[in-house]
Amino acid sequence: MTAALTERTLRHRDVAVSAKDVRQALGAVLDPELDEPITDLGFVRSLEITGSLAGAVVTVHLRLPTSFCSPNFAYLMASDSKDVISALPGVARVVVELDDHHDSALINAGLAADAGYRGTFGQEAEHSLEELRWTFRRKAYTAAMERCLTELLRADPTLAEESVGTVRLGDLPAGRTKDALVRRRTALGLPTQPSAVVLVDHNGVPYMPDNVPMALRRARSTRISIDGNAHFCRGLLRTRYAGSGADQSARPDGAEPADHQELLPLRVKEINP
Amino acid sequence: MYSKDGENYFIVDAHIALWDARPENQRNIQGKQFIDCFYDYHRNLGPEEEHWSYEEFLYQGGERLMQDLFEDGYVDHAIFQPAYLGAFYQNGFAQVEEAYGLAAANPGKLTYNHCYDPRQGEAGLDRLRADHEKMKFKGVKLYTAEWRGESRGYKLSDPWSYRYFEECRKLGIKNIHIHKGPTVRPLDRDAFDVADVDHAASDFTDLNFVVEHVGLPRLEDFCWIATQEPNVHGGLAVAMPFMHTRPRYFAQIIGELIYWIGEDRIQFSSDYAIWSPRWLIERFVDFQIPEDMTEYAPLTVNQKKKILGLNAAKMYDIPVPAELQLPNADETKTGPRQPERADLAAAV
Repeated sequence: MTAALTERTLRHRDVAVSAKDVRQALGAVLDPELDEPITDLGFVRSLEITGSLAGAVVTVHLRLPTSFCSPNFAYLMASDSKDVISALPGVARVVVELDDHHDSALINAGLAADAGYRGTFGQEAEHSLEELRWTFRRKAYTAAMERCLTELLRADPTLAEESVGTVRLGDLPAGRTKDALVRRRTALGLPTQPSAVVLVDHNGVPYMPDNVPMALRRARSTRISIDGNAHFCRGLLRTRYAGSGADQSARPDGAEPADHQELLPLRVKEINP
Repeated sequence: MYSKDGENYFIVDAHIALWDARPENQRNIQGKQFIDCFYDYHRNLGPEEEHWSYEEFLYQGGERLMQDLFEDGYVDHAIFQPAYLGAFYQNGFAQVEEAYGLAAANPGKLTYNHCYDPRQGEAGLDRLRADHEKMKFKGVKLYTAEWRGESRGYKLSDPWSYRYFEECRKLGIKNIHIHKGPTVRPLDRDAFDVADVDHAASDFTDLNFVVEHVGLPRLEDFCWIATQEPNVHGGLAVAMPFMHTRPRYFAQIIGELIYWIGEDRIQFSSDYAIWSPRWLIERFVDFQIPEDMTEYAPLTVNQKKKILGLNAAKMYDIPVPAELQLPNADETKTGPRQPERADLAAAV
């Protein structure tokens, strides 16, 4: 009785950590494939804070667009969530559970036991998931670069595809697309001064003039893939969990007229035989 | 056959299924999760007036399939691509016997492709030979994320995969349809990676490799591999319905495919019963690249005719009336093609 009373009092008065703090911390957890915060994607299903004598107990449920989303990505998001909340002052215990996934039981047991990636997946895991994270950081960079250059090409019909190999950061108009590229370059340790060449691979190496159009086209297919997936995953989550759209933030990259995010006209080409 | 504005389109639906996902056939929770995932695809990407009830979606049966494809759906010929999924369904997800029977009863309309799992080793090879003796299929569908015991997937570059390709070669099975899915061991790597297709396609140049869903969600990896391997083709299953919800995304998928692999290696698929072919065909014939996408040329009527049927008909020797046939584009076998048709290049 006394213990219960104490707990209830704690819940009202002494729990230092708030739902806002937890949500903010979760904002640093990225879906490694889509490279967006799980809070923007609507993946945080619920968040509950109760008190104990030792500090706050935080319980978070995560949800994903399908039961068959890759378990490695699912695990990363769940374990990163546990890490960022555990690091908050005043938190005594964290329970993170992934709902409705084909590997929910395995992943949740691994999280509860702090078993780590290899401890959770056993023979299915070999080394670590770090290289996988880097694969998608590089893709996110490639996409950001392509967005800047394609914007430039679309805005200036006299600019040839072959000539984008010499465009420098300082030549790009200021704005969201350029800011995103600078962030991605920083994440990979690439230079960000105005004189830096924009079209470089993830090691910072520019392309020979003959290879420029191909490099741009490859980057374009990467950007299309990432934008397409990001929106498809958002859409599937909304279909799977009614009302989850309210927890998602708008994504301007790859937006369509149906998203009501931007009023993009859908005017189509004439066939010129 | 579909006709519009004086043009006739011969239709081959290159990826259809006859499945049974009813609760009595589900082996476990994964069986329910799998069909629920398909149902969410159906509802998310298809127009509302085309949505089916959940009960209809669980099982259709042969009669309804014939109606949806050939009576209502303009399809001239369709190809079964079975996913067995024995770990999720008691009697398998794809109804192999029923599909084979339906194809045998309607040889002019249906082609039956089979499926196998290279992890079944020697016994599976014997089975493949016996099945082929009976069913005489020209193609197989491989689902690399299929669960089997402790294993949750395999790669086309695995030694046993190669043994099976050698057997396919001997038996005259020429068309290998691949569906990449998640959960391939080891989990350290990207589960949707299509790099193993590259190995197999380079080592078995006499086989056709049709990558379903054009490698989505890894379109870029697929394009890069397919542009270098003339025997790699793109199947549009699941990509087609993006026309409705995300037309700009779909335009870019098609634009990229035309650029990287050309108009002769892309195959239309409804992925029935996730979607029905009727609305997909009607909308694809009407579809055009948005005006502001200066990096792509508009789609031509002939390109649409090839994608909607002529390409798959060629691969499967399906007879096409002479007046509907089209010659192959005079293009390079590898590397990007037709870049000069895009507005951007024209501005140079």
